[in-house]
Formats: sequence, structure tokens, C-alpha cells
Amino acid sequence: MTTHTPSAAVGHHAHRDDVGSRMGMWLFLFTELILFGGMFIAYAVYRFKYPAEFQLAATELDTFVGTLNTIILLTSSLTIAMSITALQEGRKALSMLLVTLTILLAFGFLVNKYFEWGHKFAVGIYPRSPELLARTSGEVLYFGLYYVMTGLHALHVIIGIVVLAFNLVFIARGSVHAGAFVKLETGALYWHLVDVIWIFLFPLFYLIH
Amino acid sequence: MAANSPEHPAHAQHTVSYASYLLIWLGLIALTAITVAAAGIDLGRWVIITALGIASIKTLLVLAIFMHLKFEDQVFRIFLAVALVTLAIFIVLTFFDYAFH
Repeated sequence: MTTHTPSAAVGHHAHRDDVGSRMGMWLFLFTELILFGGMFIAYAVYRFKYPAEFQLAATELDTFVGTLNTIILLTSSLTIAMSITALQEGRKALSMLLVTLTILLAFGFLVNKYFEWGHKFAVGIYPRSPELLARTSGEVLYFGLYYVMTGLHALHVIIGIVVLAFNLVFIARGSVHAGAFVKLETGALYWHLVDVIWIFLFPLFYLIH
Repeated sequence: MAANSPEHPAHAQHTVSYASYLLIWLGLIALTAITVAAAGIDLGRWVIITALGIASIKTLLVLAIFMHLKFEDQVFRIFLAVALVTLAIFIVLTFFDYAFH
């Protein structure tokens, strides 16, 4: 078994397999693909069955908030990608600034989501609400999928924030540095997946007109 | 498993320039603008195809550059292809099941 050792302390003889680490993260991301994929299939079947109801229900989502959150996530993917380049160049402070920006953007996304969901709850649209159950089954399914899929996505955003916060500490302490940054790379891979999922959620929920 | 020595990793680590990342980001923002604009046009059955087509191009940009897939070993892309084919099989089988129920 490989014992994980702080690279700074051990120096030259630490066993490392960066390609293996990244491959491990990719394999995990494939399981995420199947997890969300199953939900996208459920969405596809019901949208196929209730096209008019989905169209009607989608008009209640705010396209502006959806677009804003899309731009926020795309930008956060940019900043986390750049943080790796910065670290590779040995610019520790810049790298930490970029990771911090990514985390702030992630919080911005969640704040928008909070107000968005809050508004929906205020007008009585939430799972099993009397207002929602009075509607057609197609609309109930649309909002059910909306809450489950954007909810699971938001959970991934929260987990992503934790992963990136750990990386920020690792960079600050020097255990992740220009010579050993695979932890930041795998964290960034996870963060990009969160972005990719949203790239599909956005048009499928917000842009049906 | 290949054990790389810390000073000389077996894979030459590719550094992507800030400019390349910015360019990809601009492309992603532009595609977002296009998909929002296209949603305002009544394209009939092409609405979903356009939306998914643009989302796929955006995903390709994120995977290739942001996620460094372009610079990784070939095996990464093969694994991704296997995962996508698996998902495609799920989709096709579900729709067959749905269509013939």
C-alpha cells in the first residue's frame, strides 16, 4: 500500500502518481455522469410526454437569473483553471486569489439559487404544495425534476466549495505547490463537472419557450 | 502503476496560458448569449436540438481545455468515450422501452 505522506517533508522519494490521481477523479466523474444522466433521461421521457405542460411551467422560471448563474459558473471555471497555471508558474498569491474568487463565485451562485427557490416557495410552488398539486401532472413533474436536479446540482456546488477551500489551505500551507499540485487539479476537475452539468440544466429548464 | 519521481514526472505537465483560458471563456459566454437568443425564436422541434447542440459544444470546450483532456494521455479520452457510450445505451434502451410499452 502507498502511504500518503506530505511531499514537503519527505522530499525526493515520495511515491507519486499524478496521472493515476487524475484518472481516479475522472472515473469518479463518470459515476456522476451516470447519476445525473439517469435524471436527464427521466426529464427527456416526461418532456416528450408533456411538451406543452413543460413549456408552460418553464415560463415561471426567471431566464435572467438562470443566465446570470450560467455566466457565474463559467467564470468560476475560468478562475479555477487559471489558478493551476498560476501555481505552475510559482505565483502562489495569485493562485490563492483565483481559488478564492472561484469560491466567492460559487457562493454567488448559491445566493441567486436561494432567492430563486425562495421566490418559488413564496408563490406556493414547491413539492406537494396545494398550489402545485392543483396543476396538471406535466407541470408537477416539471417542478419535481426542477427541484431534484437543480437541488442535487446545488449540493455539488456546496461540496465543490469545501473541496476548493481545502485546496486553499493546502496552497497556503505549502503542501500544494508548483512541484505538486495534483490535489488542485483534481479539485478543479470536480468543479468543472459542476459547470458542465449546469451547462445542460440551464437550457433544459430555463430556455423552453 | 507508473511511479513518477517528483522532480521528473513521466508526463510533461502542460501549462495552459491565461490567454487560451480567456479565449475559451469568451467562447463560452458567446455561446451562452447565442443559446439565450435562439430560445426567443420559435424553431419548433429544432429548439431542443439547437439547445443541446450548443450545450454540447460548450461542454467540449470545457472538457478539452479547462479539464485538460486535450493534453492528457489517449486513455483518458477512450475512458470518456466508454462512459458516454454507456450513457447513450441507457438513453436508447429507455426510449425503446417507453416507445413499445
